Amino acid sequence: MAVAEQTVNEVGSAAPVRSEWRLAWLRLRRNRAAMAGLGVLAVISLAAVFADLLATESDRHFDILSQGLPPLSERLEPIDDWRPWAQRHVLGTDDIGRDVFTRIVRGARISLRIGFSAVSISLVVGSVLGLTAGYFARWPDMVISRILDVMLAFPGLLLAMTVVASIGPGLNNAMIALGVAGVPFYARVVRGTTLAARDLTYVRAARAVGMSDLRIMLRHILPNVVSPILIMATLGLGGAILAAAGLSFLGLGAESPSPEWGLEVAKNRHLLRSLWWITIFNGAAIAVTVLSINLLGDGLREALDPQASSWSH
Amino acid sequence: MTTSAHPPADAAPATGAAANANGAASNGALLDVRQLVKYFPVTRGAIIRRRVGWVRAVDDVSFSISAGETLGLVGESGCGKTTTGNAVMQLEPPTSGEVVFEGRNLLKLDPSERRKARRRMQMIFQDPYGSLNPRMSVGKIIEEPMYVHRLHASRKERRDRVRELLELVGLSPWHAARYPHEFSGGQRQRIAAARSLAVEPSFIVCDEPVSALDVSIQAQIINLLRGLQDRLGVAYLFIAHDLKVVRHISNRIAVMYLGKIVELAGSDGLYDRPLHPYTRALLSAVPVADPEIETRRKRIILPGDVPSPVNPPSACRFHPRCPWAQARCADEEPKLTAVDGGRQVACHFWREIEDSGGVPPVAPSEALRAG
Repeated sequence: MAVAEQTVNEVGSAAPVRSEWRLAWLRLRRNRAAMAGLGVLAVISLAAVFADLLATESDRHFDILSQGLPPLSERLEPIDDWRPWAQRHVLGTDDIGRDVFTRIVRGARISLRIGFSAVSISLVVGSVLGLTAGYFARWPDMVISRILDVMLAFPGLLLAMTVVASIGPGLNNAMIALGVAGVPFYARVVRGTTLAARDLTYVRAARAVGMSDLRIMLRHILPNVVSPILIMATLGLGGAILAAAGLSFLGLGAESPSPEWGLEVAKNRHLLRSLWWITIFNGAAIAVTVLSINLLGDGLREALDPQASSWSH
Repeated sequence: MTTSAHPPADAAPATGAAANANGAASNGALLDVRQLVKYFPVTRGAIIRRRVGWVRAVDDVSFSISAGETLGLVGESGCGKTTTGNAVMQLEPPTSGEVVFEGRNLLKLDPSERRKARRRMQMIFQDPYGSLNPRMSVGKIIEEPMYVHRLHASRKERRDRVRELLELVGLSPWHAARYPHEFSGGQRQRIAAARSLAVEPSFIVCDEPVSALDVSIQAQIINLLRGLQDRLGVAYLFIAHDLKVVRHISNRIAVMYLGKIVELAGSDGLYDRPLHPYTRALLSAVPVADPEIETRRKRIILPGDVPSPVNPPSACRFHPRCPWAQARCADEEPKLTAVDGGRQVACHFWREIEDSGGVPPVAPSEALRAG
């Protein structure tokens, strides 16, 4: 009876842990690659958040005398600092004597911010469009789907470049451009899922009860969309970071003193023979971040949608 | 037996009320369906859609249901019974006709008014596995309609009501914290019943509520629905294809064939003395639980399949399969007319058929060959 009493108190308590999500988490935990990805991503995120604590100096600080020092070289002048790694240029210095480690750590902040913002823009706008098109069908669907078709006809990066070209270069504009370029993908997935969910019996039941369209969309249809969108967003995050680096590389994203990774690769690629560490470490930062996100995304897909995954452990 | 447990606080214009704003006069029935028509367009072409025809799912159906009454609606798959239910519930807007519920024509209400009217009419679906949102606890599922219609002021009142409803349908209050997947089909149908009762409806459309259940569970749910009717005075439109189930719960039964009602009668009258040839054929298909009778029993076996509702037969839609069909049946459509005992039948020759003892003149296949 004690058990019964206890459960009564839990009646409808806000969002209890759903077995569905618990199961997904258990599946994800068994996937080593995904957990490694999650771990690396966590480290990078922490580094980005605590960049000021980790980096030894300002990313603008330069010292003409210590230019072009290879990784692990000691500082020319010892500084008074509590951090053990501060006495060395762990990843070397660049051609005007800036500490590469400092700049990479600060660059993580930029890259993650750009990735999350671009994905958020795509996700929110795409979900609203997809839900509207899928739920109301008929003419809203016609209008929205045709616009999406046109957007999909352009390669993503090209579309982003067009947007940047029209609103001007810069990090924020690149972010918006990538967000816009991603909208059709999210909108299509949400629309498809909504179309399928719209005819579920419990959605019809909700209509029979007399619920408003908005409530049906948010409470009964949107939850079906969450897992495919979560997978897409995770994989899209890596893509957005990569694309942002690409835009910066092409001179359409971050601008010069910024420690953005793609920009650093572009600026220093002519020094690849002599000061290889600048390009290599920035490039590696991009690669490791994107790889870890993709591993996590693949793992999420298998965990959330076990039937769709081609092979499972 | 009207509502005692159902305080019709802001109940719509009382059932007996005279004409209202919509100009729809009420004849005392709770629900009055008049000349209901639902056609679905058949289209061809991917880019430029052309309409090439109509599926005449429901074609000129009229019936009425009084408070606290059960009208059974039977017919084989694809005859339009579910579409009729959906059209009455306004889940699929009818092509034409009137659905007058509690004195108001639902087709003429604007969407927000119609949503409010939904409070008084609810639906129980065929598939108990699909009709409950798997992501919501049972308590939430039952509470949501009350919240949507602002029925109880506080959460606590709503929660109390959820417990009350769970007990009413034979579950326990602590089931509220559970999720639908933890329940069997029969239990889920009880939950669906509790959800529909949450907003104190006067009318519930039951769309094959027991077809998806084990036979052993069917009786439980039927008895539950009957019990609820006795206590709360709700009226049912009970859609089913199982004749025995329908007989058990219905006061009156309407038999549908290819989008039309062919016979409407009190349930005992219909079973003891079917008038329409299609009803006769349907009833003759019900097996009898006595092998002696079962082996000697005459069955009327209809030739062919149900014709397509896109292109239904002329005049009487049943004539190509009817053992008693005559030339007139292909030319003149029999209207659903009142015959003795308050029943209605749509057949030119029901009296002749009854006088002949209900034995088919020749096997219809032979008749076809001869013609």
